[in-house]
Amino acid sequence: MEPAAGITLDNNHKLSLKELPYLIRWRDDRCKRCGRCTAVCPVKAIEPGVRVQRVTFSEGPVPKPGSQRRVVHVVEQVLDAARNCVGCATCSLVCPNEAIEPELNPNNKILHYKNTGGDGYKRGGRRNDPSISVLDRLKFTRISMLTDPALDAGRHEFRVRSLLGRILPPEELPLKAVDGRLIVDSRAGRFIPPVREIFPIMIGSMSVGALSPPMWEGLAMGIAYLNEVEGLPVVMASGEGGMPPRLLRSRYLKYFIIQIASGYFGWDEIVRALPHMVEDPAAIEIKYGQGAKPGDGGLLMAQKVLKLISGIRGVPQFVDLASPPTHQTKYSIEEAVAKMIQSMSMAWGFRVPVYPKISGTKTARAVLNNLARNPFAAALSIDGEDGGTGAAYNVSLDKMGHPIASNLRECYLDLVRQGKQNELPLIAAGGVGKRGNLAANAAALIMLGASVVSIGKYIMQSAANCFGDEHNRCNLCNTGKCPRGITTQDPKLYRRLDADIVAMRTVEVFKSANTELKKIFAPMGRSTELPIGMSDGLSIDDKAMAERLGISYAC
Amino acid sequence: MCRLAAITSNDYFSPMENILALETMKEGHDGSGLGLTLKDLGGEFEGLKRYPILSGVGSKKGMEMLDSYMKRKGFKLIHNWSPSLNPVRGIAAREYYFARAYAVPGSCAEGSFSDCEDLLLKTRLELRHLGEPDQSLFVFSFYPDVLTLKEVGDPLEVGEFFGLDRGALKSRICFAQGRQNTNYAIYLYACHPFFIQGYCTMTNGENTAFVPIREYLESRGIPGYMGYNSDSEVFAHILHYTVRHLGMPLRYYKDVITPLMKESELEKRSDKDALRLMRQSLRPLCIDGPNCVIGFTPDGTTFMLQDAKKLRPGVVGGVHGKYAIMSEECGVDSAVPKRDRSTDVFPMKYDMVTISPHAQEVTVWNQLQG
Repeated sequence: MEPAAGITLDNNHKLSLKELPYLIRWRDDRCKRCGRCTAVCPVKAIEPGVRVQRVTFSEGPVPKPGSQRRVVHVVEQVLDAARNCVGCATCSLVCPNEAIEPELNPNNKILHYKNTGGDGYKRGGRRNDPSISVLDRLKFTRISMLTDPALDAGRHEFRVRSLLGRILPPEELPLKAVDGRLIVDSRAGRFIPPVREIFPIMIGSMSVGALSPPMWEGLAMGIAYLNEVEGLPVVMASGEGGMPPRLLRSRYLKYFIIQIASGYFGWDEIVRALPHMVEDPAAIEIKYGQGAKPGDGGLLMAQKVLKLISGIRGVPQFVDLASPPTHQTKYSIEEAVAKMIQSMSMAWGFRVPVYPKISGTKTARAVLNNLARNPFAAALSIDGEDGGTGAAYNVSLDKMGHPIASNLRECYLDLVRQGKQNELPLIAAGGVGKRGNLAANAAALIMLGASVVSIGKYIMQSAANCFGDEHNRCNLCNTGKCPRGITTQDPKLYRRLDADIVAMRTVEVFKSANTELKKIFAPMGRSTELPIGMSDGLSIDDKAMAERLGISYAC
Repeated sequence: MCRLAAITSNDYFSPMENILALETMKEGHDGSGLGLTLKDLGGEFEGLKRYPILSGVGSKKGMEMLDSYMKRKGFKLIHNWSPSLNPVRGIAAREYYFARAYAVPGSCAEGSFSDCEDLLLKTRLELRHLGEPDQSLFVFSFYPDVLTLKEVGDPLEVGEFFGLDRGALKSRICFAQGRQNTNYAIYLYACHPFFIQGYCTMTNGENTAFVPIREYLESRGIPGYMGYNSDSEVFAHILHYTVRHLGMPLRYYKDVITPLMKESELEKRSDKDALRLMRQSLRPLCIDGPNCVIGFTPDGTTFMLQDAKKLRPGVVGGVHGKYAIMSEECGVDSAVPKRDRSTDVFPMKYDMVTISPHAQEVTVWNQLQG
């Protein structure tokens, strides 16, 4: 049928501003047309434009209003789903006159259009869920007072430390009493698994490649400073993608957990460095899953595979580096996981704890029970749905995965039922510090049963001012266009980031977390050992959640 | 706060001495209950040392159930003791308070003592299981030469109520705890001292790490690690676990519940390698206090220790042949008034005081040494 007379179709397939997630608020009167905003926009969502407008003006010794049609220069928002404003507000950051800022459009329909070319919407960042998480709803309600004096967080001696590694049950310790004194019976031939004493919050796996050189370097410097100067044994995981060769051969390696994942990226270099290592790494993490994109492998998009990354990973430049969703050697958990744990253990002479990381899932207990029976498994890391990533399909980020709180709790209680709660440490991650409450979220997870808590997004925000939030702000980590220089390999962008400031902020974050953990543990009367599984200290304002977590309901 | 009064002696004495010591500490307890555990019994039990004594409280129905159960299991009643009760205002008398000596079944008598101990524990637990739902029967201990009495009320009045002032009941070791548990429900099974297979403790202070410790003990699969109506019961079970189950010397009890945390402290110990492993493997049993623990072991050794948060220490004082182990010094003054007070021991966070059987020798062991 012919179109109705008088109606043009020119604009019919264009989006209207209402469809876009962020609307640019640009002020003509303030803008001096310097062009910084349009130059800096990482997605080219704004453009300089030229329009003919009727302009009203008054001039002369006795001003009299008049009007004129003039050519004016404006900043315009692009109506293209591929270039929608992501709300990062880098434009506001560079504007000298506060003339521009993005504004969230809560009624946007952008997800309907982010599938051009027949591919799903890919992005980085986190799950877009601005609601208050379970971790933030947990309260610490058991306050020592008259029956037991509360401790002075500032002056009492505290020990905020945890253990990473397989811990022998007391019955299996190779001890014997000689003249009323216990000695280690070296002739018993008992293997004593390696155990590390660490700060209970660690930096989770973010790879060289996903992160820019100054970001990764800044975190690594902060970690070394925390250990060597501040005496806080914080460890950091490498992510899949290897580590800088010099670091592998340095004495600082002991503060790092090296990850091996299904793409084995970076392991050529690691294996080559093995004979030259002067220290053992803190641990080896075998990645089987990631909370942000369960069932997906790692993904480093071609635009981030520059020279440095291709060198470390041993791959050509500018190709997508997609790790398979599963390890190709994996046939069954009984066979291949056990073998992989043993192979990794053997590579370092059984001196390094080796543990798997999985995404939060209903099947976590099955994995856990298998590991509980494997005497070489050093821990289990569970990454909940609120974990972040450098690149994933939006559908995986938003809709796949299991919340960490109940997943961790059921795993811990399963270990309790088997009497193995002290043998296999649980590492919990995914949404820790989502709303800035790092210490409180970490303490809550510890009291639900975690031995160690792992963070990612929190440190990116705190140490490097990442723009991301739960309203899909920025989340450009996959594109290599990170406006903060955190997740990019483009020197023009990562030069914006100062590794020394990242290191300094990393130190500040962990020092303050240490203080805040004491402020939580002190009123609960705990100072000597980490209150792992001290669930009587927790309450929540929802009966169903309280029942699910096996804690009290308080309102 | 609970008040604790323990006496160990070479001679038999009346538990009234402990109760009077508790009375001197009355400012510090609310008179809500009394628990007594006597070991190495004299009086009418002196000749019955090899027979296990079942201590408890029951209703008529509970006692019938007890008789029928014990008969069925082959236990033969040798001696039956009940306190001659004096009515005291404020104490609601239960129907039967008893301490009964039994001859063990033949199969047990022929086996090892350890097997016999296991049977006694199993029997006590089954009786508890039978009597607890309708509270018709409470059983506190079933072990040779050990007797336990518990009741709610002011300790002095409870002593009078049981007629202990008449001096019929005597022992060489007596533990008394004044005040029922007020953090948890008042309940006979929540009352210290707690006893399991020859090991006994009573505690004051609050155990802030109670829940993880309870979960750890319950998951050991060892019969008897149950109940936990009070956060203090775990101390008795940790003692039992450390010494009987793991076979560690007694002083390692201190290293289990209050482990040395600093490497500089550990370095001073010749057994530091063992301690490092213990600190990891027994991490869930670290108490985190503040607690003062008084206990005895099957051989009659008594001890006191506390953690770093216990700001006011307990005290041990006495003379050769009689020592008092109390939470307050006025209690020691009451129990052993004629002594050299300058030799009183106030154990600090690293100290463990042990007194050998028959109150022969007091040893103060500092955890940084040895």
